Amino acid sequence: MARLTKIKTRAKNGATEVLVLVNHPMETGQRVDPKTKQKIPAHFIQKMTIELNGKPVAVADLGVAISKDPLVGVMINGAKAGDKVKASWTDNKGESGNAETSV
Amino acid sequence: MNVKRRTLLKGTLATGALGLAAAAGILKPARVLAAEWPKNAFEAKTVDEALKDVYGAGQATQSKDITIKAPIQAENGAVVPISVETKLPNVESIGIMVKENATPLIATVALSNGAAGYFSARMKMAKTSDVNVYVKSGGKLYSATQQIKVTVGGCGG
Repeated sequence: MARLTKIKTRAKNGATEVLVLVNHPMETGQRVDPKTKQKIPAHFIQKMTIELNGKPVAVADLGVAISKDPLVGVMINGAKAGDKVKASWTDNKGESGNAETSV
Repeated sequence: MNVKRRTLLKGTLATGALGLAAAAGILKPARVLAAEWPKNAFEAKTVDEALKDVYGAGQATQSKDITIKAPIQAENGAVVPISVETKLPNVESIGIMVKENATPLIATVALSNGAAGYFSARMKMAKTSDVNVYVKSGGKLYSATQQIKVTVGGCGG
């Protein structure tokens, strides 16, 4: 199942802020399905990598306590207009996704 | 629908078996499920354990150069926005932990190649808790703490 991954950049205090939004349930594995009384298995993003022109700038390890549809932000110093920013992620079930934009 | 549920259940069982093996010390759990994802740290039950697993250190120096931007009172514990900003030089890593959550570690991010000392995300909080932020800079560990009050918890349900 392809999940929607969005990336955008904006200038903030002389640096570039990169925001990544992924449409993902981020199940903790602790919630109980009210109908079946079974625990809903954990399903969450584990790794998110943000690259600038192909070089990793930020590698985030995320846990179950990140909210549903995670929005992750980092700042990059010295990024120029036209630079490529790419975000990619993988979750605990092997699903993955990525998105690319330019500053 | 049913087929899907089977697969899911099987997945859970497999994880359970792995968990047992890990508990018995047969496998190194951190490398089993996802390469390099620090499973131990994310499953640690206390801040101290998680801290040891992530940074290999038990102590961090309080620093005024770390700014936590988060609500003092969060109405909905399922979505608590937080952003961390630091003026410390050479930031290598930022980690966020919520003391009262079942597993305190929220996220860690490794920064390099011109990334500024900044990280933002939205997190879940079970109840009112101190939020600890750790920043690794120049090989040293610094921390800052802020309490966030939660009206409705965001875990379980």
